[in-house]
Amino acid sequence: MRKTLVVVGHGMVGHRLVELAVERGLTAEWDVVVHAAESVPAYDRVGLSSWFRGTTSAELSLVPEGFFDAPELDLRLGDPVVAVDVDARTVTSAAGTVTPYDALVLATGSTAFVPPVPGATGPGRLVYRTLDDLEQIAAAAAGKRAGAVVGGGLLGLEAADALRSLGLETTVVEFAPRLMPVQVDEAGGQALRRLVEGLGVRVRTSASTQAVEETGDRLRMVFAEGEPLEVDLVVFSAGIRPDDALARAAGLMTAERGGVLVDEACRASAPDVYAVGECASAAGRCWGLVAPGYDQAAVVVDRLLGGASSFEGADLSTKLKLMGIDVASFGDAHAETAGALELVWADPVAGDYRKLVVSDDTRTLLGGILVGDASAYPLLRPMCGTEIAGNPADLVLPAREGQPAGIGAAALPASAQVCSCRDVSKAEICSAVAQGGCRDVAGVKACTGAGTVCGSCVGLVQDLVRSELDAMGVSLSTALCEHFDLSRAEMFEVVRVKGIRTWSELLAEHGRGRGCDICKPTAASVFASVFNDHVLGGDKGSLQDTNDHMLANLQKDGTYSVVPRIPGGEVTPEHLIVIGEVARDFGLYTKITGGQRIDLFGARVEQLPLVWQRLVDAGMESGHAYGKSLRTVKSCVGSTWCRYGVQDSTTLAIELELRYRGLRSPHKVKMGVSGCARECAEARSKDVGIIATENGWNLYVGGNGGFRPRHADLFLSDVDTETLVRITDRILMLYVFTADRLQRTAPWIEGMEGGLEHLRAVVVDDTLGLCAELDAAMARHVETYRDEWAETLADPEKLARFTSFVNAPEVPDPSIAFVPERGQIRPARPDEKPLVAGPVLPIRELRSVRA
Amino acid sequence: MTYRSICPYARLPLDRGVAALVDGEQVAVFRTDGDELYAVSNLDPFSGAMVMSRGIVGSRGDRPTVASPVYKQVFDLATGVCLDDPTVRLRVHDVRVHDGIVEVAFQTEALSA
Ligand code: SRM
Ligand SMILES: Cc1cc2nc3c(=O)[nH]c(=O)nc-3n(C[C@H](O)[C@H](O)[C@H](O)COP(=O)(O)OP(=O)(O)OC[C@H]3O[C@@H](n4cnc5c(N)ncnc54)[C@H](O)[C@@H]3O)c2cc1C
Ligand code: SF4
Ligand code: FES
Repeated sequence: MRKTLVVVGHGMVGHRLVELAVERGLTAEWDVVVHAAESVPAYDRVGLSSWFRGTTSAELSLVPEGFFDAPELDLRLGDPVVAVDVDARTVTSAAGTVTPYDALVLATGSTAFVPPVPGATGPGRLVYRTLDDLEQIAAAAAGKRAGAVVGGGLLGLEAADALRSLGLETTVVEFAPRLMPVQVDEAGGQALRRLVEGLGVRVRTSASTQAVEETGDRLRMVFAEGEPLEVDLVVFSAGIRPDDALARAAGLMTAERGGVLVDEACRASAPDVYAVGECASAAGRCWGLVAPGYDQAAVVVDRLLGGASSFEGADLSTKLKLMGIDVASFGDAHAETAGALELVWADPVAGDYRKLVVSDDTRTLLGGILVGDASAYPLLRPMCGTEIAGNPADLVLPAREGQPAGIGAAALPASAQVCSCRDVSKAEICSAVAQGGCRDVAGVKACTGAGTVCGSCVGLVQDLVRSELDAMGVSLSTALCEHFDLSRAEMFEVVRVKGIRTWSELLAEHGRGRGCDICKPTAASVFASVFNDHVLGGDKGSLQDTNDHMLANLQKDGTYSVVPRIPGGEVTPEHLIVIGEVARDFGLYTKITGGQRIDLFGARVEQLPLVWQRLVDAGMESGHAYGKSLRTVKSCVGSTWCRYGVQDSTTLAIELELRYRGLRSPHKVKMGVSGCARECAEARSKDVGIIATENGWNLYVGGNGGFRPRHADLFLSDVDTETLVRITDRILMLYVFTADRLQRTAPWIEGMEGGLEHLRAVVVDDTLGLCAELDAAMARHVETYRDEWAETLADPEKLARFTSFVNAPEVPDPSIAFVPERGQIRPARPDEKPLVAGPVLPIRELRSVRA
Repeated sequence: MTYRSICPYARLPLDRGVAALVDGEQVAVFRTDGDELYAVSNLDPFSGAMVMSRGIVGSRGDRPTVASPVYKQVFDLATGVCLDDPTVRLRVHDVRVHDGIVEVAFQTEALSA
């Protein structure tokens, strides 16, 4: 006879339990029935906030397609359990089904706690827990101005970030005297507050909300002290309460502070009833984190299989990225161990706070708090409880002059837990690489589960994979793709040394097959760097990605954008007028970019030459927004206008932009020049940043924004303009010669043996004897630069590709449609598009895919 | 099955695609470097944009391919199947050269695929 396991709640922990039941073979003898109150299968609640940044509910799902097709699994969505009868051993659902169980697991999670103040419920008063809640928040925020979050803890700050991203003026109201009172101490809370306020979120601490009053269509929050606050919506995020109502009604014992009381086997007070996750009070408390819940799920599955494992408590370490701010707290963060000492480093202005808690002899690491820069967290957490070799400061401070650089993954003991979410140790990861055949992070993720939940350990996993592969003497393939065994740098050498000028020759001599969307654009970029021929000349047109092919940026609807170069961000009224007229005459959407210039969106392929003819006639040229090449050199007004400027940053920015324009490179290159140390051009966030000094210029290299932001490092100080340009020439050319495909300057330098020092040796001291060649290559680039668009307009053969339809060049693409928004156009959404004539296409529903 | 004339063969660029409007439907026609011809729907099923003709042509193993210019999924030009997600496919059309003119015909059975 098969037995039946009923799971109540399909949240993160409930689903983990079902996964484990399948993985560990429980389903060989058990059928699993899951009742879910929500209408969607389990999703990543930890990653909930990414929904506001565009992650779809489908992408948040934890359930692979087809998972519940297995006959022994039965998921009943949108059908909550309303009663449990522990004597009859049945559950009754809202839909009225009665299911007998041989074992029952309660995994009902928790609910957001709304403080019982007058007016706490009603329109515009919301919580932040489910996908449904997020949809309601987004709907309530539409067209509104201001919002408040009650609760300045971990979830409150996430909620505040969500309101901010919805464009609301946001205030966080916290009852305690500091933010995140549970995780950080007074000084850490201050650093956090400064960072949060720096993002434009207001913070009111020591504020106790007395009532929420309705005033017309707005809300007024009244506090025990101080001014009331007028807002349009309030999100309560003042803690969670275990959802134990079902258990109480069934007569199960609950803990004093809520939660189904369970023993070390996660058993509740009736036979064969278990509770896991946030609804359970296990080992003396409710654990508001997902990792302990996963451990409990594993205990229950093990017990059902006849095992004896138990849940004894868990680590409450957390690392969060709130609004781009790192906060981490681990181990004995509040120094509660007898004799514990606190070591604190703080830079209140930079918003950087680091505290380590160590044993009385300072030898053993007990815990710590990091605010601002928590990059040391993944290494420190597993070191908790172990002896520290050397000076504890080395653990958290950046490498100092004459000191060895911090600590590495190698310093961790083999038993250290690297991934706390899935409880994976260093030893397990290393053996997945050494014995399991994993060759990259993706492989280790699939094989051990490490890094698949909160993601904070991924960097460490990556380091471990790399050092393990190194130790095994395995070198990773640098081949571009199945068609070339060469790396990009090798392809560059081959082309340069042999003078290969065409794709067919390159493929015949060094490749195989017909190429692909990886090797073709790489080859095109290499040809352009070496010879500076037109990107559409010869057989090169066929190699280009659509952006370089159309000399414009493809948009989601198949139209393109147009960006004329505006060197240094300086533009004459005449050029502005022309840009305005062109945009008006072609009906293009106009936006100031983040790169100090103007982007015109919505041009169809056949319009591109017409648009560009007008711009070129007015003396403008391509801005290469579409190319892997120099983008912009951002400038500030500098000493010409600014009362603090010490050098003419605008002139230098323009000179540099004109010098390096059109230089095809492994990835895009951005630069900035600031006229003084106030750094209004944000030069240190660029690949090449220049900051004026009293005596000349400081040169910084290797900065970028984007996915992994990084400040550029100081390379030269107080140099004159000529030296600056010469060294920049060499750095850029060396980058073009040797970097990987799509590698920005920061990872390029980091990947060099010897790093920044090596780069300095090569381009300043000429240790490799390369400088003359680099100088000559840059001189050739500067001499041979020609505007791509002007040349294209002059060549009928190149112009031929700008047609909508080869058999109907006068017909614009009928699938492109715009709707008005704020006085301009935007692409119509599918539901706004007029039906395109023609037979109905049997394709599946459109899906959103992120590159 | 009726063939519709599209354009002179010489109008097709080597190793790239062009878009054509056939009975109100958008077709992407490719001429590969082996001088083979392929015709598929111009609709990129992943982005919903009519852009397949602007993808990079190439090969994967011995399959002739085109990569979507939007999110870069690779499709088999001969069968229309997306090699990165075989549950998705492009409609495939018949294409030939007749008296120096490229002609396309819709495969009726593709509609029920
Ligand atoms: C238009 C613009 C946004 C805006 O409305 O302001 C923009 C738009 C795009 N950016 Fe950007 N980025 C723009 C400024 C930036 C900036 C800010 C800056 O330059 O100061 C950054 C961060 C700084 C940096 O690059 O270090 C930025 C970081 C990125 C990245 C991430 C790069 C990275 O190394 O992580 C990508 C993705 C990529 O290039 O692979 C990207 C890619 C893109 C693409 C090309 C995505 C695409 O393939 O469609 C967007 C299309 C541009 C278009 O159609 O014209 N964009 N992008 C900005 C154009 C600036 C310009 O005048 O050229
Ligand atoms: C915004 C946010 C950010 C978070 N960030 C982190 C983080 O960074 N790190 C971390 O460790 N944790 C984080 N958490 C907490 C983490 O999400 C929870 O610990 C985890 O989801 C608990 O899992 P669970 O299965 O116990 O409860 P839940 O995931 O809440 O699932 C319970 C499910 O049971 C359903 N249910 C309730 N009653 C019934 C019933 N009678 N019948 C059927 N179904 C029922 C509920 O609808 C719900 O779907 C975060 C939580 C939120 C909201
Ligand atoms: S790539 Fe840049 S412009 Fe495009 S959505 Fe992302 S941030 Fe905005
Ligand atoms: S620590 Fe959260 S995924 Fe590894």
